[in-house]
Order: sequence, then structure tokens, then C-alpha cells
Amino acid sequence: MSDRLSHLERLEAESMHIIREVAAECRNPVMLYSIGKDSSVMLHLARKAFHPAPPPFPLMHIDTTWKFREMIAFRDRMAKEAGMRLIVHTNQEGVKAGMNPFDHGPNYTRVMKTEALKQALDLHRFDAAFGGARRDEEKSRAKERIFSFRSTTHVWDPKNQRPELWSLYNTRVHDGESMRVFPISNWTELDIWAYILREQIPIVPLYYAAERPIVERNGQLIMVDDDRLPLNGETPELRLVRFRTLGCYPLTGAIESNATSLEAIVAEMIAARTSERGGRLIDKEASASMEKKKREGYF
Amino acid sequence: MNKEAFSLEAVTAAANADTLRLLTCGSVDDGKSTLIGRLLYDSHLLMEDQIEDLKSDSVRHGTTGDEIDFALLVDGLEAEREQGITIDVAYRFFATPKRRFIVADTPGHVQYTRNMATGASTADLAILLVDASKGLLTQTRRHAMIVSLLGIRNVVLAVNKMDLVGFEEAPFRAIEAEFAALAARLSIESVTAIPISARAGDNVSMRSQRTPYYSGPFLLEHLEKVVPEGTAASGPFRMPVQWVCRPNADFRGFAGPILSGRASRVARILIGSEERQSAFAGQSAMLTLADEVDVSRGDLLAASDARPQLSDQFAADLVWMDAEPMLPGRQYLLKSMTRTVPVQVTELKYRSEVDTLERNAAKVLELNEIGFVNISAAAPVAFDPYAENRDTGGFILIDRFSNQTVAAGMIRYALRRASNIHWQALSVDRAARARLKNQKPCVLWFTGLSGSGKSTVANLVEKRLFASGRHTTILDGDNVRHGLNRDLGFTDADRVENIRRVAEAAKLMTDAGLIVLVSFISPFRSEREMARGLMPEGEFIEIFVDAPLSVVEARDPKGLYARARSGEIRNFTGVSSPYEPPIEPDIHLRTDAAEPEALTEQVIAYLEKTGRLAGD
Ligand SMILES: Nc1nc2c(ncn2[C@@H]2O[C@H](COP(=O)(O)OP(=O)(O)O)[C@@H](O)[C@H]2O)c(=O)[nH]1
Repeated sequence: MSDRLSHLERLEAESMHIIREVAAECRNPVMLYSIGKDSSVMLHLARKAFHPAPPPFPLMHIDTTWKFREMIAFRDRMAKEAGMRLIVHTNQEGVKAGMNPFDHGPNYTRVMKTEALKQALDLHRFDAAFGGARRDEEKSRAKERIFSFRSTTHVWDPKNQRPELWSLYNTRVHDGESMRVFPISNWTELDIWAYILREQIPIVPLYYAAERPIVERNGQLIMVDDDRLPLNGETPELRLVRFRTLGCYPLTGAIESNATSLEAIVAEMIAARTSERGGRLIDKEASASMEKKKREGYF
Repeated sequence: MNKEAFSLEAVTAAANADTLRLLTCGSVDDGKSTLIGRLLYDSHLLMEDQIEDLKSDSVRHGTTGDEIDFALLVDGLEAEREQGITIDVAYRFFATPKRRFIVADTPGHVQYTRNMATGASTADLAILLVDASKGLLTQTRRHAMIVSLLGIRNVVLAVNKMDLVGFEEAPFRAIEAEFAALAARLSIESVTAIPISARAGDNVSMRSQRTPYYSGPFLLEHLEKVVPEGTAASGPFRMPVQWVCRPNADFRGFAGPILSGRASRVARILIGSEERQSAFAGQSAMLTLADEVDVSRGDLLAASDARPQLSDQFAADLVWMDAEPMLPGRQYLLKSMTRTVPVQVTELKYRSEVDTLERNAAKVLELNEIGFVNISAAAPVAFDPYAENRDTGGFILIDRFSNQTVAAGMIRYALRRASNIHWQALSVDRAARARLKNQKPCVLWFTGLSGSGKSTVANLVEKRLFASGRHTTILDGDNVRHGLNRDLGFTDADRVENIRRVAEAAKLMTDAGLIVLVSFISPFRSEREMARGLMPEGEFIEIFVDAPLSVVEARDPKGLYARARSGEIRNFTGVSSPYEPPIEPDIHLRTDAAEPEALTEQVIAYLEKTGRLAGD
């Protein structure tokens, strides 16, 4: 046997090291769990890092109340299997104000995701939160540290980041300040799929092609997951589709596909040459919008 | 690269391929972004919508006319796009069927040292860009020096913009030769010089027809073939303990990254739920040991026949990364592997000039400066010299107050205690102790009649100082008389001795770095002057807590004046013993005319005005 690690093994080891470091050095960490494939890989790595014990921190899901139903069912099952406490947080003020993705556009994301996340972090006084972001996703992410320091108001300052040398992470924060930690920073989308394949990691069934009720809007295929989606005279059609990314169902476009196995998904992904976040309406705004959102405290 | 590279088989194969981490460095405009952009483009890793974005961006922001401007692919943040410069380290990814690449992209301007050192710390190979039409620049020397300092053994000298010199051999060879001389001086072992044009693609991802004199590999070919030099795999076993896993009484696992060598003679080896026969460098493992030994986070598990060094004194190279300069004698936290210990730099032996490679004497290290230092740690640190193992020999320094990462360090060797003579030179004196507390010690001497309000004001002042992070203590007449001065009465002789002892005690406490608040009637001028004389100039602050006798007698909180008047207490100051008011007190507080809070403010204002509260 050669003593040289493969690419995936090296990524895996690095991520496990990061996760353990947070558990050992931070006072009250939490793992943000968004139920997507990146979260699934991150959760898998956390379980591997502490086996045979369960990971020594809770999972937290920021629920906008507009997630696919299958996501919620999957979330509850995975938390149970992992033996981890699950915290679900919803911005109740947003709910009372009737926030929804149709009438409130970018405000909806700010209130139900960014504000909700900040609320939850403050409420539980977490000093570190794992997130499943990758550097290859988006240009501003490429510059973010693995341990990303946030001020007491959760703000990210791209010009004032701590240098990260070797695999030595400085986790120290003052009271009220916190860290966002991205253990899969160095993974690419391809790595994620190859690893899911290799480790047979369970993912939400929505990633696999199936017949689903669909309406077409602005070229996006939107699934009618419940009767809250206003139909302006449209009739949902059953179409063979799957999702490349998962978010709030009214904001997440499906793609037509007949990939019903992991192998088929990966093959399809390689063939389709459109970048991943294209499926999310949220990113159709200005090109530097992600950086702005991140400065406000979005992941 | 071709489309077959992206078959399912190729993906699974690529997942089993290995990784090369590389660093790119060059001065502004050498074409670094263009080169990286081209590598991404040529490896077909871009998605269609990214290519569309790139084309529209090229028209809007590009510098290449109608051609695609590859540099736009990698210029990340809004601010720097506007300024047209790269401001930080960014990480990029590309792949070929043979290998996956992680590129640390670092800028070539002012913050270069800090950013380059960061990128270099994890790189297996460095690409140094040089503009063929300009030749080696000062910056090239800086980059080469940092590459060498951070221990990167493989260097590619990419001589770019060959199109500008007509792809001629002579300029290429001249740059190659000049760099070879520099590399030799810096002990860089392996240099591969390649003539390229990042913009036109010559010798980047395929062989150029325009450089017939060059028979070496093209850039990507070299990157795919180069064997990352590392002693990690062949070195002795090293695993710092990150986490002790105790899910139940039967299992006690030690989790950590294997930084070198191979684990095999332990009880059990787990990677996740998989039981392994052995684990090797690069893996994150969980081990259980056959013996019950006391092991916890921060400890290093090591091969018993090739032990690491263990020392609390060592010599190291430092790259300073903080705006606050490095001061010898100040305390920092050192994090090495999983261990964090307080340390001090006991001596700055020299500063290396990055531009000239000269070594000069220096008192401090400023941001982006590099120095060679001796370090003394509060507890022993296990390590291997950085030249042998980057992971067990590298450390960071953290500022205890700002929590910033202020330096990257590379350990060269342990110092034997006896041989570290400079430790004695930097004796722990009054100034050193004060510096550690980041304050200026002094005595605040409150004098005044019984009941004038000395203790009240002194207590409030202390609270204020304490709240702003000062280290203080109070010596109060009543308390000291119950302990240290229990044997003294109220005769004039005893009063003098009482003050002498208190003054000496206060002085010892300022030597320890404290701000000392003395609250004593201290009625005689000469004793107060004696106390002042014990202290260095400006460190004795006399505070006259003044209220007329009639007022304090009316207050009489402890009923002492009444007892003195009735003759029950003898030698009572103001009644049956004199009080000599200060003639020129540093601070004069009129407690009959203002509230204690306002008087406290008056004291604090004085301390601020005279600079007593400034840090160092
Ligand atoms: N003629 C020529 N120009 C180049 C070449 N590579 C880059 N450039 C140009 O040099 C300028 C600076 O390139 P850029 O990649 O932004 O440099 P960076 O500052 O090192 O990232 C741009 O106008 C590029 O188009 C090359 O090989 N030949």
C-alpha cells in the first residue's frame, strides 16, 4: 500500500481535523444544517471525526417555513440517526409579518434567513457555527478563511481576516464575537459528489429524478410542493425532474432529468456545463451581491 | 484537456488521483491572474454560465480588447475589482485526469509578505512569475526569499509575456541564469524555468512551437509530474492529540492528525467506523492505546525510537503579521499543533531585509518584517525543526488581548537553558512586569483627616481603574493596622514607623507592576516626603482629601471624634495630635464641596492628563 493519500482522502482528513479543532477549542459550537448535499457531507464528516461517540455539538436548521416537505422529513431522520440534538429556528417576527418569497423578494431572504440565523446564534450564545460553504462556489468565497471571524453583530470584514497558516487555526474570540467555520472549504462540487458516491452518503430524494408537479416561471421549473404556491391560472404538470441544489421550494429551479442513481447524477452533472447556483433565483441579482450579503451576516 | 476527461470513470479516477497544492506569486501585472484564469479555462472546469459572464465582463472591465480577459475569472472581491488589484489570499481549484490542484493565489504588492507566507505555508510547489520584458525585479527576490523561508522545495520560474520579447531564447536564458544564482544563495533545491505566454497560452497547457530551444516540460505537464517533496510519509510517527473520545468506560480514543510517519503498534486504529491495520501521514485518525497512560489534548504521540525535541527555549524565524509591532518581553500565546502556551520573545537576534537579503540589528519587528528570535515558553513544547517537518515545527503567535494572529514562526533548534545567556540579560525587572500588565505603576497616596472621605474616594477610583483593566490594590489604614502593623500604636514614633512600612510595602507592589492606592491619615509632611522619595520621579501622587475639621467632626461616621473629645482616645489627629496639610498636593479634593463621584472623576482626569493611564 502506498503511503500517499488520494485527493479525497486528503480532503476528508483536513475536514475532520477542522471539525475536531472546533469541538476542542470552542465553548459552544453548533453545526448549521441546511439539508443539502454539502450539509450531508459535512454531517458525515462530523460523525466520522468522533466515531464511536456522536458529534459533541447540536445541529441547527434555520427553517424559513418554505422548505420542501421531503427536506424536513429527511432532516429529522438524519439528526436521529446521528444521535445529535436538533435545533430548529424560525424568525417568528417574519412569520407574523407574513413574509413570503413571492411578495418580499430579497427582503424575504434577509428576514427569514440572515436575520433568523443571527437571532438563533444570539439566542443560544453559540461562539462557533459550522457551515457547508465551499470556496469554488462563488468568487467572494474564494477569499474567505476556513475560520471566518465575525464581530458581535455577525459582520464579516473581508479586509480584516486572520491569516491562516499550516493547519493551525486561531479560534480565540471575545465575549459575543464568534467564528463561522467552513470545514469543506477546499472541496469542489465534483469532490462532493465523488465522495457521496464513495461513502454512500444518504441525500434528500429530491436530488434524484422523479415525476413531480411543476409550473414553469421565467424559464425556471418550480415544484408545487404545497398549496401555498399561488397559481395564476397555471396548472401544474407532472414532469420528470430533479434538483441540483435545495432551498426554499418557490425559489429553487428543478432541471429535467432521468437520473435516478447517484452514478447517473454525477454523469449528468459532468455533462451539464452550467454552474451550480444558477438554479437558485437568489443569485440572479448583481454580481457582487453575495459579498454584500456575507458582510451583513449571511453565510 | 479533452471532453473524455469528464466521463464518470474519469471522475472516480480523479477522486483517487492525488493533490498538488501550489502557490503563485508575482509582482502586479506580471500576468498571474491571467495564468491562473487560463489554467482554469483550459482544464474545462468552467461552467457555461461562468464563460458567458466572463465574456460580458471582458467587454466591460477587461484590458485585452476583444479577447477574453482570463484575469477577470479570479479577481474576487468587489473592492479589488474596482481597484484592479488582488488584496488577499484566494484559493482556486482545477483538475486534470491525473491530479487535482489547489492554488493559493497571493498578491504581489504591499501586504505581500503576510499573504505570501500564508499561502506558502500549505503549498507543495511555488510558481514565481517574471515578466520577460522586465527581468528579475526586487519583488522576485522577496518572493524567492519567502518561498525559501517557508520551506517550499519545488519552484517553477515562469518567464511570462514571452510574446513581448519575440519568444527569443536570449532573454529567457538570462533570467533563468540570474535566478539560478539567487536560488543557490537561498538554498532552494529544485528550480524549473519555463518560457510561457499566459495570454496566448504558449507552454501553459500545451507545448509551444515558438520556443524550439526549450526542451523541458510545459507548465501543466510539469505540475502533473512533479513529486511533491515531503518528509512526512517517511518521517517518524507524530500525532498530536486533538480530542479524547470517551463515549463509555470501555473506549478511550485519541483523535488527531497524523503529521508524519505511520501508526501501527497501537491497540486499535479507527478512521471513522473503519478498523485499520495502520494509518499514515495525512490521515485524521482515532487511536486507542494498550496501556493506561495519561494523555490529553495538547500532547504529542510520537515514535519512541525517534522522539521529537522537547524544550521551553528555542530559536525560530518569525514573520510578523500584525500592525502592532513585536516587542521582546511582551507575552504572546504560541499555538503549535494542538498545544497553546504563553511565550515571550527573549531576544530579537536580527531582522532579515527581504529586498537585499541582508541581516540587520533591530529592536522590534514591524508588520511584514522577518526576524530570527529566541523564544522562551511557560511550558515545554514538543517539536521537530521546521526544516524536517513543517507541521511539527511551525507555529503561530496570538495576541492575548486582541486575539489576532500576529506571527508565523518556524522553529530552527532548541536552546539549552545554560546556553541561552540572553535570557538573563533580559531580566525580569519592574519595567518588564509593568509591561506584562500593560500599565504604568504608581502610588496614589490619599492623605487627610479621619472621616474626610479617603477610603470612599479611593474605593471608587479603584473600581474605575479595575473596570478599565488595570491591576490595582488598596492599602488602607485600618486593615494594615490589623495585620502588618499590628504591633504599632499611635505615638509619634509609631506613626512614623507605620508610614515607613506602608510606603515600603507600596513600593514593592509598584515593583510588581501594580497601581497602589494608599489610604492613610499620614499626618506628617516629612513621612509623606519620605514615601515620595522611595518612588521614581512622577510615580508618587499625593492626593489631599480635604474637609474642614468642623465638617468631619459633624460627620464622625465611627464616633471617633466624640470619643477623642471626651478623652477616651488619645493622640487623635486633628483633636489631640497635629495634621500637617500638604502644601502643594498633586491633587486637591474638597470633600465638603463635591460628591465622591465628581472627586473620583477629578482623580481619573489627572491620571489621564499626566499620561499615567496610557499603555506602553
Ligand atoms: N503580452 C502579454 N500580456 C500578458 C500576458 N499575460 C498577461 N498579460 C497582460 O498583463 C496584464 C496584467 O495581467 P494580470 O494577469 O492582471 O496580472 P497580475 O497582476 O499578475 O494578476 C494584463 O493586461 C494581461 O492581459 C502575456 O503572456 N503576454
